[in-house]
Formats: sequence, C-alpha cells, structure tokens
Amino acid sequence: MIAGHLPILQVALPLIAAPLCVLLRRPTLAWAFATLVSWALLAMSILLLIRVMADGVISYHLGGWAPPFGIEYRLDALNCFVLLVISAIAAVVTPYMRESVASEIAAPRHNLFYGLYLLALTGLLGIAATGDAFNIYVFMEISSLASYVLIGLGSSRRARAAAFQYLIMGTIGATFLLIGIGLLYMMTGTLNLADLSQRVAKVPDMRPIYAAFAFITVGILIKLALFPLHIWLPNAYTHAPSAVSAFLAASATKVGAYVLLRFVFTLFGAEFSFERMPLMEILMPLSLIAILVGSAVAIFQYDLKRLFAYSSIGQIGYLALGISFASTSGLTGAIVHIFNHAMMKGGIFLALGCMMYRTGSVELSALHGLGRRMPFTTAALIIGGLGLVGVPLTSGFVSKWYLVQAALEADLWPVAVLILLGSLVALVYVGRVIEAAYFRPPPPGAHAIREASLQMLIPTWILLAASLYFGVHTDITVGVAERGAEMLLGIAH
Amino acid sequence: MSGGALILLALAIPICGAVLLSIIGRFAHLRNEVSLVTSCGLLAAVAALVPSVMVGDRPSISLFEFAPGLKFAFEVEPLGMLFALLASFLWIVTTIYSIGYLAANGEPHRTRFHICFSLALASVIGIAFAGNMLTLFFFYEALTLCTYPLVAHSGTEEARRGARRYLAILLSTSIMLLLLAILWTWVAVGTLEFRAGGILMGAVSEPVMAVLLVLYVFGVGKAALMPFHGWLPAAMVAPSPVSALLHAVAVVKAGVFTIVKIGLYIFGLDAIRDFASGEWLLYVSGATILIASLLALRQDNLKHRLAYSTVSQLSYVVLGVAMANAHAVMGASMHIAMHGFAKITLFFCAGAIYTATRKTHVSQLDGIGRRMPFTMGAFTIGALALIGLPPFSGAWSKYYLVLGSLDDGAYALLSVLLISSLLNALYFLPLIVRAYFPTGGQPLPVVGGIAEAPKLQLVAISITALGSVALFAYPQFLFNLLRPLVGM
Amino acid sequence: MDILTHFNYWAAIALATIGLYALVARHNMIKKLIGLSLFQTAVFLLFITIGKVTGGTAPILDSAYSLYSNPLPHVLILTAIVVSVSTLAVGLALAIAIKRDYGTVEEDEIHEADNDPGPGSA
Repeated sequence: MIAGHLPILQVALPLIAAPLCVLLRRPTLAWAFATLVSWALLAMSILLLIRVMADGVISYHLGGWAPPFGIEYRLDALNCFVLLVISAIAAVVTPYMRESVASEIAAPRHNLFYGLYLLALTGLLGIAATGDAFNIYVFMEISSLASYVLIGLGSSRRARAAAFQYLIMGTIGATFLLIGIGLLYMMTGTLNLADLSQRVAKVPDMRPIYAAFAFITVGILIKLALFPLHIWLPNAYTHAPSAVSAFLAASATKVGAYVLLRFVFTLFGAEFSFERMPLMEILMPLSLIAILVGSAVAIFQYDLKRLFAYSSIGQIGYLALGISFASTSGLTGAIVHIFNHAMMKGGIFLALGCMMYRTGSVELSALHGLGRRMPFTTAALIIGGLGLVGVPLTSGFVSKWYLVQAALEADLWPVAVLILLGSLVALVYVGRVIEAAYFRPPPPGAHAIREASLQMLIPTWILLAASLYFGVHTDITVGVAERGAEMLLGIAH
Repeated sequence: MSGGALILLALAIPICGAVLLSIIGRFAHLRNEVSLVTSCGLLAAVAALVPSVMVGDRPSISLFEFAPGLKFAFEVEPLGMLFALLASFLWIVTTIYSIGYLAANGEPHRTRFHICFSLALASVIGIAFAGNMLTLFFFYEALTLCTYPLVAHSGTEEARRGARRYLAILLSTSIMLLLLAILWTWVAVGTLEFRAGGILMGAVSEPVMAVLLVLYVFGVGKAALMPFHGWLPAAMVAPSPVSALLHAVAVVKAGVFTIVKIGLYIFGLDAIRDFASGEWLLYVSGATILIASLLALRQDNLKHRLAYSTVSQLSYVVLGVAMANAHAVMGASMHIAMHGFAKITLFFCAGAIYTATRKTHVSQLDGIGRRMPFTMGAFTIGALALIGLPPFSGAWSKYYLVLGSLDDGAYALLSVLLISSLLNALYFLPLIVRAYFPTGGQPLPVVGGIAEAPKLQLVAISITALGSVALFAYPQFLFNLLRPLVGM
Repeated sequence: MDILTHFNYWAAIALATIGLYALVARHNMIKKLIGLSLFQTAVFLLFITIGKVTGGTAPILDSAYSLYSNPLPHVLILTAIVVSVSTLAVGLALAIAIKRDYGTVEEDEIHEADNDPGPGSA
C-alpha cells in the first residue's frame, strides 16, 4: 500500500517533518530526527529508481484526481535520478551537520535550522518529482525561501547581505518562470507538463509561446546560475554555514539544470527549442564563457569557499553545454555530470567544513602544511579537486568524456578544445590548493590542530569515494543517464 | 597461475606495497624492507609472464566497461613485456640506491617518497600492459600525478617551481592533445583497441590521419619531443634516485613506449610509411636529437646535461618509429632497454658524486676520478654505451637504427645518427678525461671523510653498469622477444 | 494594437516595468523589496485578468447561469500571493538583520563596508 504512494511520500515526509522538527527544542533531538528523515528519503528514492528502471514511467495522481485536471507526479529515469542525487546528498550531509552546525550556529536556533533544512529538501524533491508546471514554481519558491534563510544563518554579517542579494535575484527568476507558465496556460488551458507538450504544438498564434519560452528560460538560468546570471552564487556559497554550502552546492543548481531539461525537452520539445528558437546559439557560448571565466576567476581567490564557488560556476557551464548539444551523448554527459558534480562538490565543501571546524578559517593560507596535520581532510579536498579537473579514474573524467564526444560528433571542433582547456584552467587552481596543502610549511603556532572527527570525516569520504567509484564503474550512472537522455530526445527505447 | 591473474598480481603488488608503507612508514628499517620485498615481488610476477609471451601467447584480461564498447583491459605483448621487465628490475636496483642516498643525505619525507615510488611503478605496469588506448591513458595520467610529489620532494621554492612546470607541461599536452586525439579516434573509428596493423587504416581519411598523428605524438609529452621537452630539465630538482628511475627509465620510457605502441597498433607501420604526412615526424625527431645534444654541450650542471642527453636519446626511438621499417623499429625498441640501463647508471653516478662531495657542476669535477674511481668507472661505461661504442649496450640499438636508415636510403637520417654520436662523445668524453687527468690539479673537499659514495649506492651502480655490458654481450633475449613485433 | 480591449495586459506590463525599475535602479533595500512586490503583483494581475470570460459570471455554481469565468487562475494566484508574502517577510527580516549588523540598508554603503568589489564584477 505504501509502495503505491511512494512518489508523494517522498515529498510529503520532509514537509510534515519540518514543523515537527521545529517543535523538538533539543538540538541533538532535532538533528537525529532530521537524519532519520533523510535516510528514509534515500531509501524511498532508491526504491523508486529501481521501479522506474524496471517498469518504465510511474504516474501518480494526487488525491486520485486524474490529470490534466489533477496534479500528476510523473516519474521517469531522469526524475528518479535527480531524486536519488538530492536524497543521497541529504542523507550524507545531515549526519555531518551535528558538529558543523553546532560550531557555527547558536544553540537555541538549531531546531529552526533543521526545520528549514527539511523544508528546503521538500522543495528540491518536489521540483524533481512533480509533473505539473505550476507545482514546479511553488516547490521552487519553497526551496528558495528556505535556502535564503539557511544562507542568512551564516556567522558573518555578509551572510545576510548575500542572502538578500540571492533573494532579490531568485525571486525575479521565479517570477519570470511564473510569467512564462501563465502565458502557456493562457494559450493551452492546462498546466500538466505532458499535456502541455502536446498542446503547445497546436496553438494557432505562436507569439505568446515564444515569449513564454524566453521568460521560462531566463528564469531557470537565474536559478541555475549560468553566466551572466551567476552573480548571487559566489557570495551565497562563501558566507553560508559550511554544511549549507555543501548541501546547496550539491543540490540546488542541479535541480535548476533538471528544470531546464524538463521544460526545454519534455515541454517544448527539442525541435522547437533548438530549431525554431535559438537556444543552442545562446546557451552554448554562455556555457563556454562560464566554463572558462568561472575557472579563471577561481584561480585568483584566497578564500577557499569562494574559490570553489567560482569553480561551481564553471562546472555549471559544463551542465549547460551538455544540454545545448541536444544529442544523446551531450545529454548523457550533462545528466551524469549532475550526479558526478554533486558528489565532488558536496565532498569538497564538506572537507572545507572540516577545515573550518578545526582551524576556524578557510583561507588558502590556513591550508599551509595541513597535509600533515589533517591528512584525511586534505586528501579528500585533493581528490575532489582532481575530479573537477577531470583526471581519469575520477567521475569528472566520465562527464568530460561524454561532453567532448558530443562536441566531436557535432563537428564542433573549437568547442571540444575549449572543454579540454577548461580542465587545464581548473588544474591551475587545484594545483594551488595541492601546493598549499602539501608543499608549504605550516604557519607558526599551528601545531595543536588534530584531524576532524569521524562524524565529519565519514560523510566527506563517502561522497568522495563515490566520486572515485563511479569514475570507474560507470554502468549505473551512465546507464540511467543515457536512458533519461533518450527519453528526453524522444528516441524510442 | 593464468596470465590474466598474473597481470592483476603485477598491478596489485606495488599498490599493496604503497598501502602497507603508509601504515608502517614510521619505522625506518621496516620501510626499507617492505620496499625491497615489494620490488622483488613485482619482478617475480612480471618475469612469470615471460615464458608465455616468448612462445607467442598474449595473456590478457579485461575488467569492467568504462563505456559501451570500451573496456578497461590489459594485454601483454612483447614491447610491453620488455618495458615491464626493465622497469621492475631497475626498481629493485633503484630501491637499493635510494635507501643509501636518502640516508646519506638525510632527506625528509622518506615514507612519502617510497609510497609515491610504488604507485608510480604500479602506473608503469599499467601502461606496459594496457590493452587499449583508454587504459593506457588512465595509467599515463596516474603516472604524472604519482611522480609530481617526487619531483617536488624537497619542498623548496625551486623544487615547487620545477614541479609546477613538470605538471603543467605534461598535463597540458595530455589533456589538450592526447585526450583530444583519443576521443577523436573513438568517435571516428569506434574502438580504441591495440591491433596489429593499426585501427585507423580505412576508417579515417588521410588528412584526418595526419592531424591525429600530430595530436598523438605531441600529446605524449613524456617523450620529450621538442618543443614540449621543457619538463625534463625542470624535473631535475628532484633527488637523484627520482631522476634516475623516473626520468631515465620510467616516465620517459613510458612516453616513447606509448609512441611506439601508437605507431605500431593504432596507426600501423604501413600507414606511417605510406602517407607522406608522416615525414614531418622525421624532421622533428631529427631536430630534437641534434638540438638537444647541442644544448647538452652548453650545460654546466651535470644533471641538466644528462637531462638534455635524455631528450636527445628519446628522439632516437621516435625517429625509429617514424622510419617505420623493421630494422628501425627493432632498434628503437632495443634502445628503450639499452638507454635505460646506461642512463640510470649515469644518474646514479651523479647522485653518488653529490653525496660524496656535494658537487653538482661539470666544471667542479676535475680530478674526481682519483677520489671516486669506481663511480667514474661506471660513469665511463654508461657514457660509452650512450655514444654507441661496443662492447657496451648502445651499440646494438644504434646498429639497427643505422640499418633502418640504410634500408630506406635515408642518408640524411644516417648522418643525423652519426653526428649525434659525435656530439654525445663531445659532451661526455672531455668530462671523463678531465675527471681522471685534471688540468688544474687541485684536490676536492671531502664530506665526512668518505672518498667513495656509500656502499649501497655503489652496489646499485655496479649492477646497472654490468647490465650495460651484459646487454651487449647477450642481446638474443631482447632480439627474440621483439622479433614478432616487426615480423623479422 | 487595440489598447482598450487589451488594457489589462498593458496595465500589468506597466506595473511590472515600474517594479523592475525600482529593483534595478534603487540602492535602498526596502525600496528594492517594494519594487519586487510591485513586480510580483503585476504578474498576479496578469494571471487573474485572463480568467475573465466575456459574458461569464462569478464561478459559483447556480442553475440560472451556464457561462462562468475561470476560477483556476484565482486559485493559482492565491498560492502565488502566499509565496510572495512569505518572500516579502523573509526579505524584510533580512533587511532588519542587515540594518542591525551594518547600520544601514543602502546597498552601496554595505558594499563599501564589506570592501567588496560589488555585484558588477564577474
């Protein structure tokens, strides 16, 4: 009986758990509750993925109301993959949060923190699960609002300023999305994604549809933080509490990429988006600039969180680039990069959190000589960094492989070269980190630092071990990604 | 034990050694023992594969699939067998040497040193036994990463700069050029397997083949073909054992080994010979040989002189592949082994001289032959082997390369080979002569009262020097191993 | 281009433009929030006004009428209004916190206080 309701449980559980969590005044209790919920969510998403890979698309009608009048939760390979990524990240980061949050946020607020965190999780999972356009808007705002506050809980006053900046930009983006959905509703009379995809083609006057496409795309790109709409990201990731940075870096923008995929391919269709609308001409140059500029600016940063935030901007460029190819290899590369980047960036920010916990700073200078004193943390950081470069044996290499393959298949020579150049630029900042950690003497008076506690190290290493494991055993990730790509492109299976 | 299991064993032994070292590394004598046992074990595993390869078997094993149609696979063929044997044998010798060197010079971070060495050797075995270009690329990159901490070992600003340059040049070439070539081959041909006769013939057009050749050859930065040779002199900031094994044997040999493998199994000798766009490779390698030798003449730092000599000698192998006939390729493959023994001897001697006298420059070596006769004797053997004079090993490979150039009637190449031998003589012989018969006649300062280098280092030096001589006297093993490669 | 029959769209666009202008051109955080609110309200108006069906009555079932206006946009916008109010609440709360921490709600003064390069750089 429960199994039939798994799709809605995936979203309803954290939603109900959030206010319950706020009621639990004791910080440890709130944390334990949140951890249990996140583990339950992971189990659910794994079950859903197995079912979808075996049975095909799952369609769940909310309240028993049939679509297109009722809200439908439509789960296919792509959905479930994204659900899995988000719940896996949550399941790993929540245990980590206990010590990290305890050191960065005042104790009386912990129950509020975990409640907000569960709300953010609800929103992200809801975006991934739903098959209704307006539902996407609502869940997006739920997750964004929760994220604004989570970011604002950071210890420095800049966290509040960063949260405000993110609020303004994020709300503009969501409102654009709303305008687009409204225009689509006006012309077709439905909000269900599958239904919209069929009706959009038959609309007599296409001008509102073009306008809708533009609004929706720009709105999503703000959430995705693609250049030049990325301005909110560096500040937000830098000043948020460490665990929040890790969680958001690994999930929020990935969901943005998912929404882009849904709207561009499922709703509007590849033919409309790429042939009648100049999506490739816009998306491809922007993503290439994001890759190069994002990584280049990262080189000059001294704050490690800021460095990896700019690195994220570059990596989002890879996601968008894969989408702009609109081919099986390109989409496979983008979808698999959703998973790979989530693992790598999540692990990196968790490692930075360990560093912050023990040394109180995430400056590059605090990293000097840390290779000896906190060997596991530094090793985790380096492995993640090498994954960003795309060294073989890491999962980053797998994504790059498919992206360059897509470029070569499309005869886009310069793009293939630029993708590889992006790896080289990433190498420069990763090289700086390696050098600082292992080949520079520690600052005077710094010998009292011990390795981070197991409770923080194990989640970090789980994510990074996953990034190594899936760099070599690619069947699961690439298999699901390819299935999702083919489904998006409408290639019969 | 089946061939496949032996291959995996050969890979597992150095990796387990590295793991073990990271656990027990604090105890100095245990550390040395573990290193020695690991290296001996590796040689045993590799040697166990030799009998089957000699009769024509190709032991292979494939692991998981990286992408549909692309497996992570290993296959042992004669050239790979040679490389693996060379590297594992010389690892034992280098371990003996480095134990002595690190102790005598009081170097820090010795555990990290041995761990990285083990991992580097594991990468070398992976490269040697790779069954397709993807697997080779994986281990190629792993080798670069494992050797970076070795180059930056001493942690001084100079070492960091040298290591940065090392990493930058090698990773830039491998990511921008080699990976691009691999992916292009994959997209165009649909396979990356190593097959006799190559996989490109008939699958891609001639202009594409020409571009691919450029990308592949320059993408293998470890072969130090000009203008991407700059990392070799930069890597000389490393301690001598590192320079010895890695940059005279493992890293550079991985580079030229990869080029020979690409030439034989991706392009196929016919493709290289028959289409004219392969000619530029003759010019580039010939130019590298000559220019590097001329640069070596100008170097006063002994290790830098040896580095440029290596750059020049590596291009012999590339030249052999570019000539693409049976004799030339035989000579090129033999040169991998012969140069390895000779160069490692030279680097060992350079390290011994540094340990005993703290002298690093050629101009300071007057009269050292009297104080360190053993070391200089070995140095002389190594130098003569590189020049190509019998009865030392280099003679055979030079001989086959010359035969190869005569086969094609390429007198220009013949003269390049002869002039470079002359240049080799010019930058080695005066050094040796002045070491024994100094013109200035001043005694050198001695560190701690030792006249010769520490015993362990001497043991290593004598093994490799003897190896140089042995390779000349008994080349049949090499010859028989390599014959099926070229169909002789 | 009959302005009169499409006046609802024109009104919504005008309001949205004013809101966006306030967002972009004003440095005071409260004014930005007001601009944001205006912008969102404009979108709501856009949505709601399209629900009107010519000749339709209020969407309450009654046997005397057969043509009703569309109630769905109203429902959607109710949800969106809730979202908008929450956003405004969070925004104001952040503004209060910033005022407490920085002593000002002017963005340029905040950037100077942070020595930030400012949002204009990449």
